[in-house]
Amino acid sequence: MKVMTCPVNGPRPVSEFAYAGELREMPEPGAASDAEWAAYVFNRNGVAGIKREWWCHTPSGVWFIAVRDTVDDVVLKTHLFGQGGDAE
Amino acid sequence: MKRLPPVEGEGIDRAAPLEFSFEGRRLTGFKGDTICSALAAHGVTVVGRSFKYHRPRGLFSVANHDVNAMFQVEQRGRSIPNVRGDVAPLRAGMKVAAVNTAGGLETDRMAGMERLARFLPVGFYYKAFHGRWFPKWERLIRRAAGLGVVDKANRAFTTPKRYAHTDVLVIGGGPSGLAAAHEAAERGAGVILADEWGELGGSALYARGGASVDESVRRLADIVIAHRGVRVLSSTFAAGYYADHWVSLVGPENLTKVRARAVVVAQGAIEQPAVFRGNDLPGVMLASGAQRLLSRYAVAPASRVVIITANAEGYAAALDAFHHGITVAGVLDLRERSHPSESGLTGAIRDRGIVVFHGVKPVEARADSEGHVRELEFDVEVSKDRSARHYLAADGVWMSVGFAPANALLQQAGAKMRYETAIEQFVPSQLPAGVFACGRVAGAYELSDRVAQGREAGRLAAAHAARSVGAMPETEGAETLRKLQSLVFTPRGSPSHPFPVFPHPKGQEFIDLDEDLHLSDLINAFQEGFDSSELLKRYSTVGMGPSQGKHSNLNAMRVLAKLREESVEAVGPTTARPMFHPVSLAHLAGRGFHPHRRTSLHDEHEKLGAVWMPAGDWQRPEYYARSGETRMAGIEAEVRAVRTGVGLIDVGTLGKIEAHGPIAGEFLGRVYTGQFGALKVGATRYGLALDEAGVIVDDGVIARLGKERFYFTTTTGNSGSLFRELGRLATMWRMPVGLVNLTGHFAAFNLAGPLSRAVLSQLTHVDLSHAAFPYLGVREAEVAGVRCRLMRVGFVGEMGYEIHLPAVDAIHVWSAVMRAGERFGIRAFGVEAQRVLRLEKGHVIVGQDTDGLTTPLEIGAEWALRMNKPFFIGQRSLQALQRLPQRQRLVGFTLPAGSVRPKECHLVIESGRIAGRVTSIQHSPTLGHAIGLAFVEPPIAQRGSFRIRVERGEEVSATVASLPFYDAPGERQTLDEDLAERTEMLA
Repeated sequence: MKVMTCPVNGPRPVSEFAYAGELREMPEPGAASDAEWAAYVFNRNGVAGIKREWWCHTPSGVWFIAVRDTVDDVVLKTHLFGQGGDAE
Repeated sequence: MKRLPPVEGEGIDRAAPLEFSFEGRRLTGFKGDTICSALAAHGVTVVGRSFKYHRPRGLFSVANHDVNAMFQVEQRGRSIPNVRGDVAPLRAGMKVAAVNTAGGLETDRMAGMERLARFLPVGFYYKAFHGRWFPKWERLIRRAAGLGVVDKANRAFTTPKRYAHTDVLVIGGGPSGLAAAHEAAERGAGVILADEWGELGGSALYARGGASVDESVRRLADIVIAHRGVRVLSSTFAAGYYADHWVSLVGPENLTKVRARAVVVAQGAIEQPAVFRGNDLPGVMLASGAQRLLSRYAVAPASRVVIITANAEGYAAALDAFHHGITVAGVLDLRERSHPSESGLTGAIRDRGIVVFHGVKPVEARADSEGHVRELEFDVEVSKDRSARHYLAADGVWMSVGFAPANALLQQAGAKMRYETAIEQFVPSQLPAGVFACGRVAGAYELSDRVAQGREAGRLAAAHAARSVGAMPETEGAETLRKLQSLVFTPRGSPSHPFPVFPHPKGQEFIDLDEDLHLSDLINAFQEGFDSSELLKRYSTVGMGPSQGKHSNLNAMRVLAKLREESVEAVGPTTARPMFHPVSLAHLAGRGFHPHRRTSLHDEHEKLGAVWMPAGDWQRPEYYARSGETRMAGIEAEVRAVRTGVGLIDVGTLGKIEAHGPIAGEFLGRVYTGQFGALKVGATRYGLALDEAGVIVDDGVIARLGKERFYFTTTTGNSGSLFRELGRLATMWRMPVGLVNLTGHFAAFNLAGPLSRAVLSQLTHVDLSHAAFPYLGVREAEVAGVRCRLMRVGFVGEMGYEIHLPAVDAIHVWSAVMRAGERFGIRAFGVEAQRVLRLEKGHVIVGQDTDGLTTPLEIGAEWALRMNKPFFIGQRSLQALQRLPQRQRLVGFTLPAGSVRPKECHLVIESGRIAGRVTSIQHSPTLGHAIGLAFVEPPIAQRGSFRIRVERGEEVSATVASLPFYDAPGERQTLDEDLAERTEMLA
């Protein structure tokens, strides 16, 4: 079983965590065309590589961002939302 | 074979004899014996029949790899199949029988199978198992080739799992593992040392070279056992390596899951056979297996042996044999000369008058009438192109021609391997962070080198453990390896021969004893085009038997490399996946563990005769059974009580969440489709939650208890996931909202019916008049002395109060309400009655009347949408959907009298195609006929009638009905107060 590091609670077994998809930028609803909006709602990028993902440490309810290389399933970094530098 | 006089360090207790039986023969062994060592002590040479050809087979590795020494063992009324006799401890009273025989080991009726060999070519299964003959073949093969029999009468027994944490896990208790454990512990690391044998010391215990066990290894083992920092788990093997140093250890009784900060793999090497005609005869065995029998169990597996060797270990084995009084007929060295470093050993051999041949090519091992080996025929190279044939009589042929590293766990951990030609072995070329290798698995064979490398691995592992706090990756693998391999090994000859394979014109050179594969099978498979290691493996099944190729993969790879004219490295090592050894299902099986949630009123329902049904994780009363009342009658009586009097239902399974803060209303307004910033304190509103695609995901009632305090419900199944998602949304939107999940803390029940106010008014001082507490209001007030949250909601379509309160007081208030309602004929009602009631009122159940594609536009819930709000989840998608033609629409329907009643999910059929489905259907006791909800295409909804296909292809017609079916004007909620009072008085 993998270990994941919660930015608040430290390293814990991955069974304590829930995954909620990639961190995605929502287009401005009023400005987006129907096609742009549909692309945001329905399309996901499945190409393996370095992803920024939403994860939750479920016993404590801490949501955070994990930077994960999905090629070899290595979590490179975890941080609280908004504290990961300029990439957000 | 015979039992020897006491041997130094033997693991048997001669004072404790154990009686057992083998194939009906009564025998005696000693405590400390394995099944096989006890058999060997009695001269039993044939212990099993081979998988395919039913050839007699004997002991081979004595190291948990002997697939032909597997037994059906009956003990204490339990019959266990496939017990590995080479390692399974002997116990008193065991009844042991060979597996895979027809009518017993000695008189196996299948023994003639071998004459059919040419009809059972490689890839036989793939060639023969086709079409209508498949079941016949399958039955035949299952009878002819198989292992033990599962006794279905066995009772299940549970083996609790254990969990352990450690700084450093050392796998393998040989010299290198001992050194690693000691060094790591000395540096302050907590260490677990797992070893598959009963005693620490590894090969040093049995490979003695005719002398005593090396004193330094004995001392080291004693120090490690006594060390406070080391926990030794003996008779325990590591079955698999999983992510982030999570290793499963299998002991005699338990599975232990260990999380380590660093892992040292010191699993050693597995001795490999030579491949020649007759190499599977009983009496032909690995030298290390023979040495184990001699030293651990004081059993001489032969009286006169020849030793086929290509390394120093074979000479040492010859000295061990001589030491125990076994005649060594000859040492047959495959090499042209021995390595200079072996001069001490060869000198000792010469001193004992043992003949040594060099440049040997084994030709054939021959059997006596009982199938046991009696003679070895071999060629000795005389000059470049001339050799002389020799014959040596012997009842034992021991092979010591090379090793395969036990690197399965290293590979599972992600280590890369390269083939080192100096030792003819794969060694790690890249180690993952926190994984270290030492000893023979890493290419160190001399004792001093194994200990030195073990110490280095222990030092590095302790340092890694001290440094690593999490699972964040570190890039230190290459550096580690450089340090581990920078040690200069003592010069010595290669422990492994590059190609110990000797074809014979008549075949029967066994390359895989599990699967009965000959050398020719691999050659044929290659010629048929299965010429890569993975294809060859699957087609020929080499390495796919119970030992998983521990004795066959390396030789098969060497053969394949030769056929491909490539290096062994190019052919590549195959990855051995977990488990390393077979693990009994009892070790792996968990207990059936499916927790049910019970509401705080569970016992009350039980007393009232509740019939339970699952609702998500919860147990809920479906209805309350009364004697002399059928299920249907009971449900109808419950419905009638709510419509005409008063009923009470436990709704404590609803999700219950509080949101706090100045912007809590704004936050809920972004989550739900309605407007909540403007909701008045003391009021509730229906909440509908969508996903980004505009699909309904949940609904509930949202109450504003204070300016900055909201309390709301979710559907039973969604409470956990919705609460979690609210946390994510608050984080993502950077909205500071306090969210508290009260689902388990609060109980809730719904008091419903025209007389509900009459009941409640007896228990509270709060003004229940319409003016003071109107429909959709919320009040915090005492009920029966307990502070409750009262919400006037109407899910079942009658006047009613949802009462929410701390779970600890639930039974008190529930009982008070039931008592107060007694004179009004109050009746507890269950989920089924509630479903009828809400359907009469046309209320949808999210998840039943909606699915993963349903939008509010399709269920007529436009009224719940505030499309002019700045934002709510799903709003933008609904704006797009509003411009598109509608896909389907939820409508109410009724059926003609006497019609067959469709079931939920029966399809609406229009001109032979599917045009919708029934989502809900019930008999309405109030209306006296069936009512339902169905999704239909919009033109059908307009037309007003449609057809539903029911069971057996019949179709029934249905008529669209306007919703709700019951109380369309909604008068029941604002029931005239005089009427209410009159009804109360009548009651």
